[in-house]
Amino acid sequence: MAGSFAESGADLELVGITKRFPGFTAIEDLNLTIPAGSFFALLGPSGCGKTTTLRLVAGLEEATAGRILIGGKDVTTTKSFQRPVNTVFQSYALFPHMSVLENVAFGLKRRRIADATAKAHEALRLVELDHLAQRKPQQLSGGQQQRVALARAVVNRPALLLLDEPLGALDLKLRRQMQIELKTIQQDVGLTFLHVTHDQEEAMTMADTVAVMNKGQIEQMGAPEELYELPRTAFVANFLGQSNLFTGPVVTSTSTSIVVDVAGRRIEIPTERAQRHAGDVTVGVRPEKLMLHTSAPEEQPDINVVGPGRVTDVSFSGVSTQYQVAVPGLGSMVVFAQNMVFGPVVSLGAEVWLTWNTDHGFGLADDPADAPRFAADTDTHSLALQKREKLEAELEEA
Amino acid sequence: MAFGAFASTATAPAEPVVRRRSRVALWLLLPGILYLALFFLAPLLSLVITSFQAPVEFGDIGQYQTAFKWENYTTVIGTYGPHIVRSFVFAATATVAALLFSFPLAYFIGVKLRRFPLLQALALTLVIAPFFISFLLRTLAWKQLLSDESWLVSSLHGLQLLPPGAHVTGTAFSVIFGLTYNFIPFMTLPIYASLERLDLRYVEAGGDLYASPASTFLRVTVPLAAPGIISGALLTFIPAAGDYINASRDFLGSTDTAMIGNVIEANFLVLQNYPAAAALSLILMVAILIPVSVYVVRSGTDDLL
Repeated sequence: MAGSFAESGADLELVGITKRFPGFTAIEDLNLTIPAGSFFALLGPSGCGKTTTLRLVAGLEEATAGRILIGGKDVTTTKSFQRPVNTVFQSYALFPHMSVLENVAFGLKRRRIADATAKAHEALRLVELDHLAQRKPQQLSGGQQQRVALARAVVNRPALLLLDEPLGALDLKLRRQMQIELKTIQQDVGLTFLHVTHDQEEAMTMADTVAVMNKGQIEQMGAPEELYELPRTAFVANFLGQSNLFTGPVVTSTSTSIVVDVAGRRIEIPTERAQRHAGDVTVGVRPEKLMLHTSAPEEQPDINVVGPGRVTDVSFSGVSTQYQVAVPGLGSMVVFAQNMVFGPVVSLGAEVWLTWNTDHGFGLADDPADAPRFAADTDTHSLALQKREKLEAELEEA
Repeated sequence: MAFGAFASTATAPAEPVVRRRSRVALWLLLPGILYLALFFLAPLLSLVITSFQAPVEFGDIGQYQTAFKWENYTTVIGTYGPHIVRSFVFAATATVAALLFSFPLAYFIGVKLRRFPLLQALALTLVIAPFFISFLLRTLAWKQLLSDESWLVSSLHGLQLLPPGAHVTGTAFSVIFGLTYNFIPFMTLPIYASLERLDLRYVEAGGDLYASPASTFLRVTVPLAAPGIISGALLTFIPAAGDYINASRDFLGSTDTAMIGNVIEANFLVLQNYPAAAALSLILMVAILIPVSVYVVRSGTDDLL
């Protein structure tokens, strides 16, 4: 514990991390490297192990197996106060018996850093709250408390800053504002950020790299555009935005494209966008890539056509309108259409055809047999697991 | 608080609805006010009057007449000064000892046993279990346990940890021990109530912000438990300073350990020197009130208990 700041962000490396709670495995053999200075988001549904991962890195939980390295240094056996890491807690956890200023200066004083108070004021200026330095945290609004929590963590210039769904309690507008502020701070101070969230939009707008986590493992990792445009699994395809997925056998496979037969329709995708090239495969397309047609479109090369189908639902959401189209043999498909005209392009019950450019399709790596459609992970089982995780965590502390 | 509410409604503009409500409040408060007037203010006034009384000339022992003999105060302070000081030293020592014993106990029950509600309830019951037996009986039992013939004391003599001829009962130690023992539940319960609500996420945040476990304890856990510590300390110190059972010769004390309570008891019941006893009672009251109000104001908390 040196009395000085970290020079820059540090790499975080998780090697073979496993975390088991009695009768329940939260994380299974997780390997992850986050390069210094990056903004990394760990995205997943509740109970997927992302918060446990963050708590392991912070030193608030002990890993059952595996090693944690920060800046190349093994910190697996060190306690939380010995790690060059700070956390912005989901609940903020601002000390209620201290003023805002004392809260922000707390970490600096514990490390005996010179001019703690001046530096705390500086951090408060960064989040534009210096005028409230003498207030108690309870006297601030949720958004202000969140900014204090951020200042309290950032002021320490940790090699690694952990964010545990810190924007969860804010309303949409404040959230947007904070997202921008967070991103700016990260770029200004050059720290490594590890952001845990279940909000896919938040993860995509803020992070350089997003890792989608499911059931204690990372499903896919990459730049937000890459994850969105080329999801590898059905889970990613549906958790990160929405997808229309079809499963069928590959009937033609060339070096440039493969063709999948789905209920008698030929759906073509580029070979380099497909993870599997033979047997039964699942292919998909994002809803905004689809075009609606009210009459049967001509067959063209490089265009996939399905239809006719029937519009079963129309919902207006401002910039776009979402249509549900029931296509016999393919099931229900989702289409987003930009609102470039007043009112919906087609109305409920209309007969429509759907087309999309073959370049927009993607093929998943899942074996369709064991990975059917994604189901939202909010069932009682996962809630019970979450509850259990929380209780076990408390037990672990005790 | 009740008085504050009263005052504000009395000066409030005479809106009929408000008036009605304030009258209801008045009626509801009446029994309490009557009770306090009858059983607190009247005796207090009588005590003040008694404290200035002078003996009836050529009268019997215990015969006094109304006077303004303020010398009563200087006399008792002169005579019983050491007892007053001793009371405060004993009470303060017992309060600190009870705090040192109670805090870990309350922490264990309120924080470590959170996961096991049944064990927690059982432990709390054990803390208050001594109340099921009379205070006098328990103190007498300790007199037995600490007597010269007891197994404990003879063992201490045998091991030469206690010099020959030394006693345990009748010493300052045994009085402070008795006070500590008797007031531990009053210290433990308020601290437990504070710690039971302690949000452990603050403790985690302390560790995250480079505070060692010891530093987190001092800077986070203790301040958050402060309301409990303050009320526990008051609930222990105030009655302990006026206690006359533990320090009595019949229990754990001797004439050398007499506290102000014993002196008041002797003056009222044995010497029949009512003015001296009354003056001592008032001195004790004021002497407790002053440090306690300073303490409460300094601690900056008005939400005790």
